[in-house]
Amino acid sequence: MNTGNTVQDSVTALKKKRAWHWLEYVFWLAAAASVFLLPSQHALLTQIAIWSLFALSLDLLLGYAGIVSLGHAAYFGFGAYVAALFAINFTGEPITGLIVAGIAAGLLGLATSLLVLRGTDLTRLMVTLGIALVMYEIANQMSWLTGGADGLTGMPVNPVLGIFPIYFRPANSYAYVLIVCFVLFFVAKRIVHSPFGYSLRAIKGNPLRASSIGIPNNLRLIAVYTIAASYAGIAGALLAQTTPVVSLTYIDFQRSADVLLMLIIGGTGYLYGGVVGSALFLVAQKFIGNITPQYWEFWIGFALVVIALFARDRGVFSIFERILGALRNDKAKP
Amino acid sequence: MLRRSFLAALAATALAAGSVPAAAQETVKIGLIIPLTGPFTTTGKQLEAAARLYMQQNGTTVAGKKIELIVRDDAGRAENTARIAGELIQNDKVSFLAGFGLTPLAMATAPIATNSKIPMVVMMAGTSIITERSPYIVRTSFTLGQSAVIIADWAAQNKIKKVVTLVTDYAPGHDAEKSFVDQFKSKGGETVESLRVPIQNPDFAPFLQRVLDAKPDALYVFTPSGVGAILMKQFVERGLDKSGIRLIGPGDITDDDVLPGFGDAAIGVVTAHNYSTDHPSAKNKEYVAAFKKANPGMRPNFASVGGYDGIHLIYEALKKTGGKTDGDALLTAMKGHKWESPRGPISIDPETRDIVQTIYIRRVEKKNGELYNVEFASFPDVKDPVKAQKK
Amino acid sequence: MLTILFDGIAYGMLLFVIACGLAVTLGLMNFVNLAHGAFAMLGGYCAYVLVNVYGVPFFASLPVAFMFAAMIGLLAERTLYVHFYNRSHLEQVLFTIGLVFMTSAVVDYFLGSQQRFINLPAYLQGRFDFFGVGIGKYRLLIILVCALILIVLQLILGYTRFGSRLRAAVDDQRIARGLGINVNWVFALTFAVGCGLAGLGGALGAEILSLEPHFPLKFMIYFLIVVSVGGTSSITGPFLASILLGIGDVAGKYYAPRYGGFVIYTIMIVVLVLRPQGLFARGTSK
Repeated sequence: MNTGNTVQDSVTALKKKRAWHWLEYVFWLAAAASVFLLPSQHALLTQIAIWSLFALSLDLLLGYAGIVSLGHAAYFGFGAYVAALFAINFTGEPITGLIVAGIAAGLLGLATSLLVLRGTDLTRLMVTLGIALVMYEIANQMSWLTGGADGLTGMPVNPVLGIFPIYFRPANSYAYVLIVCFVLFFVAKRIVHSPFGYSLRAIKGNPLRASSIGIPNNLRLIAVYTIAASYAGIAGALLAQTTPVVSLTYIDFQRSADVLLMLIIGGTGYLYGGVVGSALFLVAQKFIGNITPQYWEFWIGFALVVIALFARDRGVFSIFERILGALRNDKAKP
Repeated sequence: MLRRSFLAALAATALAAGSVPAAAQETVKIGLIIPLTGPFTTTGKQLEAAARLYMQQNGTTVAGKKIELIVRDDAGRAENTARIAGELIQNDKVSFLAGFGLTPLAMATAPIATNSKIPMVVMMAGTSIITERSPYIVRTSFTLGQSAVIIADWAAQNKIKKVVTLVTDYAPGHDAEKSFVDQFKSKGGETVESLRVPIQNPDFAPFLQRVLDAKPDALYVFTPSGVGAILMKQFVERGLDKSGIRLIGPGDITDDDVLPGFGDAAIGVVTAHNYSTDHPSAKNKEYVAAFKKANPGMRPNFASVGGYDGIHLIYEALKKTGGKTDGDALLTAMKGHKWESPRGPISIDPETRDIVQTIYIRRVEKKNGELYNVEFASFPDVKDPVKAQKK
Repeated sequence: MLTILFDGIAYGMLLFVIACGLAVTLGLMNFVNLAHGAFAMLGGYCAYVLVNVYGVPFFASLPVAFMFAAMIGLLAERTLYVHFYNRSHLEQVLFTIGLVFMTSAVVDYFLGSQQRFINLPAYLQGRFDFFGVGIGKYRLLIILVCALILIVLQLILGYTRFGSRLRAAVDDQRIARGLGINVNWVFALTFAVGCGLAGLGGALGAEILSLEPHFPLKFMIYFLIVVSVGGTSSITGPFLASILLGIGDVAGKYYAPRYGGFVIYTIMIVVLVLRPQGLFARGTSK
């Protein structure tokens, strides 16, 4: 075996990884079909899609670059407020709003990324948490601009690109959210399978070794943090456009914690973890909540403990994998 | 799948044609959206308990229709409230939306109520502008200004000249501060200092120390219901009571539900509010007894009467329309409606759809070993002062 | 001025008692236990039920609260936590948050969601003047109890056989096992004591922080701040950090009430950016 061949091999292997898995086609087709087949659940599905996008942005940080964040809602909420204020003061065209929110949240991410470069998991957890808490206080104090605890209302939502109305059209607004998510997932997939994405994983695996093979660790981490913040901002803007009010809960600790939970439930490092996690979490919350509106938290907590007991990196999927593995072993034994 | 939706479409056209299929029309559903988890759970529980109590006392049949209550938890998050409201209207076909424990939750739902022409009964949230956000909103709780302005009047009449205000630093707190300070000034009082406490604040000690140093006649306080207890304990701990400073505020701070746990520190606090568990009327005694019997360990508070009267208003509106659930007709029926509530006589202002009620001045006292807000003065027919000022 | 200092110290001490257990699990055992506040809450509610319902004297309820939280901690450690020692931090987060949700719901179910306060005996209420400094009696009690705990902990860790076993087990589990130390039990006992201290802190702090089912989430942030700022390699680190935060928070609110909410978080960010291992860490190796 000569070197040329190994390089060739690894190139094909990488290409294979970058190619779309058939399950991904099935998933997006099913998502598109749900626009037409599940009209009664559009509101819930819209929320799931937005949380998925939010969780995806965290996955870019956690799953690929290994940065834990307990304050990701800072960028989500910032994007939401920017989108709402932009719509009120300039134009209610949603796509423009998304772009503005994405850029604004990205800039905030860029500025704050310098704070999370150093330190252990715990340090990063606390610094990101601190950033989010400070942002929360700012949003609360500037109530002349943000409405504070009363919330910010009166945001106009014009038709998308002037032709596709989404205001009070659940089906249209779900379709709009879904298309935005699809585009951003597509981009994210390209990012993580680019040389840039692989360099991130190298840093995650061993920062010292990564820097010794010439990867500029800090620059790469700043870049991915900025991208993730921008994604989170767009997710926030989407929620602002599909809900009549932007309130402090967009930016609170609970939201940062929830998105982290959803991502861990679904599993990190394969982009779809957030989708799985948020779908499970929200569907469970809704249906258990309908049965016992007061104590659904108990059952969610119970589920989390069980998932944690049996799951590994891939969240709930690893439970299926282990069951399958056990079955195979049983077959192999006799 | 296809067949089922075909059938559904058929049923829908049948409905539209007006051939009144029996089962679908005989129940009228009320969607009650309240926070039952998260930091505002207590409010949600009071609302739910009172709503259920009213239905248990008055039966579930009104004007020939069966009433069904659907309770949903929004955990205090606005996007959930909006989503649930949409789902209740679209999937469960509710005829009324009710509940709304916090201002943003009501604000998020207002456009939905407008769009689907469904009456929306606000049973708790107290910011003035809420009712202006949709012509389908009526409010059965109170507005913040009602209590804040009345306590300012009372203070000015009772030789209180210098006041320090201390409010939680969030929008309702700012409103409570502004209403009080403006009114107190117009009556010749002086506000020496206005302090704002962060929401996430477990310790009031430093703020109270500032108050002690400023030596006012009274300290005006507004905090979210529940946090007041910590404040009062520390108020007494630092000896502010002994230095002659009185503690006054809107009734939120001496919430009847938590008051028994405050300890003697709360005795003597003077507040203005729309309801006290101790309100001396036969109707209220009956209400309190029934409420306590159905919910051991709970005392009905101002949130509960909002829920109780909210359901009452829905019942009465249905009676007036003869069971018709047309949104505009129901609104017309609700406007100007007057009745005797456990809190006293109340009515819905036909112009603003906001509540008009008596505001009582109460002092915390110990009765039979338990703490109560004992009423000793009253200001009848108080409208929302913020809207009154706009005119 | 001195009164502010005194209040700050009392507040910081309280944070320390609750958080020191967390410093032990997180620092010594490298376990992210977000459910730590739940044990504090259980201790607090235990004291509440004893004092307010059964009329047990306040001082008698404190050791019971300690034992109660410690026993539950021990039970949880042996049955659940033990499976998570070698797992990733993320799985530990998932598991402990799940526990928090469950305890909150259970407490809500049995004791209601209202705020609860423990009835204090009259001689602990009010305050007295000491050379012009107003001293709250209850706050003084908190400072005394916490100082006592700090001294006892230092003595146990530094001078007893159990302390040296614990340090050995933490430094190198394998070799400690090889020396015949029952590492599992050392960890379990340490964990239980940590929970017990949290429970005691919950009971003591109920008067100032107030008990409610969402206690663990509401104050988790504060405990984490104490531990991360103080560093996890010793007991004195978190202790000094608690005092610093207590004074900083109280003084910030007194002198700049508008910005009081920011002070504690800003201190934390600045400290962590400058010293990622915590303010009082010895070196950066571990």
